[in-house]
Amino acid sequence: MALPNKPLGELPAVVDPEIKEHECDVLIVGGGMAACGTAFEIKKWAPDDLKIILCDKASMERSGAVAQGLSAINTYIGENPIENYVKMVRNDLMGVVREDLIYDLGRHVDESVKLFEEWGLPIWKKDADGENLDGSKPAATLREGGQPVRTGKWQIMINGESYKCIVAEPAKTALGEENCMERVFIVKMLLDKNKPNQIAGAVGFSTRENCVHVFKCKTAMVACGGAVNIFRPRSTGEGKGRAWYPVWNAGSTYTMCAQVGATLTMMENRFTPARFKDGYGPVGAWFLLFKAKVQNGLGEFYANSDAVKDELEKFMPYGASAVTPTCLRNHLMLNELKAGRGPIFMATDVALNAFLDARREAGMDEKAVKKFWKHLESEAWEDFLDMSVGQAGLWAGANIEPEKVGSEIMPTEPYMLGSHSGCCGIWTSGPEEAWVPDVANESRAHKYKWGYNRMTTVDGLFTAGDGVGASGHKFSSGSHAEGRIVAKQMVKFCRDNADFTPELAQTAQELADEIYAPVKLYHEHVGKTTAADVNPNYCKPAGIMMRLMKATDEYGGGVATYYMTSGKLLGICLDLLRMLREDAEKMAAGDLHELMRCWENYHRIWCVESHIRHIEFRQESRYPGFYYRSDFPTCDDENWKVFVNSTFDPATKEWKCEKVECINIVETDPWI
Amino acid sequence: MPSYVDPEKCDGCKGGDKTACMYICPNDLMVLNKEEMKAYNQEPDACWECYSCVKICPQGAIAVRGYDDFVPMGGQVHPMRSSDSIMWTVKFRNGNLKRFKFPIRTTAEGAANAYVGDKGANLDDECLLLESDLPTPK
Repeated sequence: MALPNKPLGELPAVVDPEIKEHECDVLIVGGGMAACGTAFEIKKWAPDDLKIILCDKASMERSGAVAQGLSAINTYIGENPIENYVKMVRNDLMGVVREDLIYDLGRHVDESVKLFEEWGLPIWKKDADGENLDGSKPAATLREGGQPVRTGKWQIMINGESYKCIVAEPAKTALGEENCMERVFIVKMLLDKNKPNQIAGAVGFSTRENCVHVFKCKTAMVACGGAVNIFRPRSTGEGKGRAWYPVWNAGSTYTMCAQVGATLTMMENRFTPARFKDGYGPVGAWFLLFKAKVQNGLGEFYANSDAVKDELEKFMPYGASAVTPTCLRNHLMLNELKAGRGPIFMATDVALNAFLDARREAGMDEKAVKKFWKHLESEAWEDFLDMSVGQAGLWAGANIEPEKVGSEIMPTEPYMLGSHSGCCGIWTSGPEEAWVPDVANESRAHKYKWGYNRMTTVDGLFTAGDGVGASGHKFSSGSHAEGRIVAKQMVKFCRDNADFTPELAQTAQELADEIYAPVKLYHEHVGKTTAADVNPNYCKPAGIMMRLMKATDEYGGGVATYYMTSGKLLGICLDLLRMLREDAEKMAAGDLHELMRCWENYHRIWCVESHIRHIEFRQESRYPGFYYRSDFPTCDDENWKVFVNSTFDPATKEWKCEKVECINIVETDPWI
Repeated sequence: MPSYVDPEKCDGCKGGDKTACMYICPNDLMVLNKEEMKAYNQEPDACWECYSCVKICPQGAIAVRGYDDFVPMGGQVHPMRSSDSIMWTVKFRNGNLKRFKFPIRTTAEGAANAYVGDKGANLDDECLLLESDLPTPK
């Protein structure tokens, strides 16, 4: 008998938490790559008396998308013209991007990478003979002109197991440990009581003690990553945790900013990566470093077939690029699967043996080939062990040796993010420079600059990394660089608004009551059934999340329908989400971990609702392979080569979606 | 591939304020049962298998068992992390073993230069620390 009902976990939540109030000039919400960039850079510009606080839901040493490590840095401009970087991003994201933001990122990103190396990140180098050296071997640094090991045009290889630890260390040192509040989950941003459209603070709670933290600030940056576990994943048991993107990213960035009125952009965009099946190991190094190809179930390397070329011609100019846009690569793969020509395999065996054969043909003796193979095998496994250990575990469990047998790849469930090969996010100002378009429109939702680089449409509210929309392909290094950009702008904002004194509309107690509402509900009703999780008076966050994922999967274009949806299905999805949002008010939490899950799910629901609204508004299929609308199945440049921006009005509680002009800054002829 | 704790090895970090695994888990999964003085993973289906807890545990008490909904049993991937390198042991279901060692850091822990005390020049241009002469699009 389970009675008496008791909270899960080890840290029970109490009905009346302690309340701590904090005042600062700058609040940094998040602790990932972007926030670490901000923490490092801001002290270089801030006067000594500027009070800066950073709140991280986790520990900065291992928080965010880079927690596990990475095997490559995907954005390093190096010898390339920045204009070509803009062209690559523009084409991969099917033409609708903010070129000003992308160019701006491109001119700062290398400095972040050089700092990483200086801080201790091992970066692979080419030796004089063109062979790869791992990052611990003596070689010239990037700053000294050392040659990194390029895989693609933009990627460089690293030994990145400790990447995040290395980046977090100087961020913490710069800010001071006493100003880094870890295990504090900010859940709501707060507007000023007196000054319209001005950020004034935030509220959150500790996941370690019963304490609500209320902050007043002049300016804030929100960088808490993208959104995961928003569509039903392919693995719904224990493997639900093996999400491709970090499972703790709950759409908090988009929701918290949207709720105070920040305009969102391109929320219809999603990322549906094709990855090694189930383990979700990375494919980039296999494609780029090891030159592996994909085979369909008939053993055909279909990517170069005439049928594929014909298909790509339907999506011009995007399909013409030597590097096919990520969504279209998925589209081609889905065509194979839907035609019954699955499964799709990465021919790891063919690729690795080709390297060995090439060495043999060049006259290498078997002993040397064996030594070379050891190195190659180590590189192949490191790719997983640095950033997706679970994939290595799956290979070990299934006795898979990549040189002997290929491995299946599969498009995953959809994710929302703005830093990888996706571009949903928040609409921000570009740099205040002459080359950034000056749009004559009173609404910031249509403008490209309004004084502070990367400021959202809300005064004093900034974002970076996954937060900034319409400018993907930043990856880890670009997110860090964008965080550094924001740092300087926030200091400038404080200087320019020295006379602003933030004041909150609600009392600290009112805020605490709202944050702890799930705890109160739990205590009120927990004794009314004999099983704590089955109760007619409340629902648990675990169930709410499954309900969200079922709705999106079946109606919003998840894996259940091969990513297909329609106006009719989206309407049903929005109805389900409306009821879900209402019922989310009835989530109950018995312990602090569950309270965190409640608030993450609030954030997920809001974020997904904006996603579905945007897909409904955009009457075309801009990203074939990521999602399709059966009622508007083509990519319609004539009518829809525009941004879709949406704004929630916190006063009237109404949503507004609108088309916004997309202006090119870099030449369009040639397109690539 | 959730992490699990060996009760023979876990000492609850000797009853300190927080255990190492609680401190590090990015998803707030590791908790300490104070009565038993043992840590455990409270939500295995939310485990990203990032191995942060495995790498940091001072007792070597934490390992990972493959997700039970798709990983056949018997394999294991286990790290030994030092200040400058990591050694991985990959045990296959069939008993085969592979070992890989990779560098992780080229500087001493705590030695990353935060440029403390350095200040940027002009708050009103777009240059960040150590930058000058920013390009503009052609």
